[in-house]
Amino acid sequence: MRLPPFQSLVDAHAAELHRFLVASVGPADAEDCLQETLLSALRAYPRLRDASHLRAWLYTIAQHKATDAMRRTARHRSEDIDGIDPRHLSEPQHELADDVLWTRVRALPPKQREAIVHRFVFDLAYKEIGLRTGTTEEAARQNVATGLRRLRMEVDR
Amino acid sequence: MTELERRLATPPSSAPFDVRAATTALAQRATEAGLMDVAYGSLDSPLGKLIVAVTPRGVVRIAYEGEVEEGVLQELAEGVSPRVLRAPERTDAARRELEGYFAGTVRRFGLPIDWSLVHGFAVGVLQATAHVPFGHVATYGEMAASAGSPRAARAAGNALHINPIPIVVPCHRIVPASGGIGGYGGGEDRKRFLLDLEGALPV
Repeated sequence: MRLPPFQSLVDAHAAELHRFLVASVGPADAEDCLQETLLSALRAYPRLRDASHLRAWLYTIAQHKATDAMRRTARHRSEDIDGIDPRHLSEPQHELADDVLWTRVRALPPKQREAIVHRFVFDLAYKEIGLRTGTTEEAARQNVATGLRRLRMEVDR
Repeated sequence: MTELERRLATPPSSAPFDVRAATTALAQRATEAGLMDVAYGSLDSPLGKLIVAVTPRGVVRIAYEGEVEEGVLQELAEGVSPRVLRAPERTDAARRELEGYFAGTVRRFGLPIDWSLVHGFAVGVLQATAHVPFGHVATYGEMAASAGSPRAARAAGNALHINPIPIVVPCHRIVPASGGIGGYGGGEDRKRFLLDLEGALPV
């Protein structure tokens, strides 16, 4: 088994993983998510049996870390809501339309979120999305279509 | 393309990504988690750029400029562990000693050595070589004898030629019994420089 030195994976893929995570969890959490992704990958790396799908493997780990981060965020948010005292509410902050859109994207089910990010942020064809996410071209197409439908319902409302 | 798709193609902005900073942060976490199997950095020396690789056990590899970096790292990945990370600060102790050696202030390396990349007969030869002091020379035959095979001078020469830790394991101090300085894995010019630095260049 010829596994390349881990550093070469970092050099080749860290930037695109970071971009993927910025879209998936937001700029504030992306850095931390990336570190967790790389550390988990480093931990498991010597036990890998197959060196031919390293990029897809890294994306799978990144997607799991993104899902964990979104769960944590959702939990914090609901705790925040529980603790809100209506007397202290200020005027609602004006949010940019695209921030709202990306918040919706991040709230999608993981497979749809991941497919949408690959399709639009990276401008990938469905076949390539399938390869990167370890699924089929058809499943990638389905995930993008379902995700888009959902976003349309929520955003265009 | 719909309006929604156009907006999705404009990803959220963030600070530009810095792979160096990300690698430094990863190296820190990996060290804390006990996952820093091989750390490497580089050093400018009078003999050109050196790549220095260390493990938790000691110095495992020193490569002269001219060896392809990818090849050296791949060798480490296969021969030691694929957990190879660029972490210059982890190699500071080794780099300081090497700098001291070239500056003439270090005559004896105190660095522990990791022999992971050395196998078979070469182990005995290189471990004997590690005991030849600064400013002295020994012969290929003497190293072969120390490794238990007095007649294997040529095999000792081959082992020294592929020494993974030159300078620190001073294979430049091993010369032919017949005179001259003999060959060197890093090139004869470097061997001459090192012997000259130590005042041990045979006349």
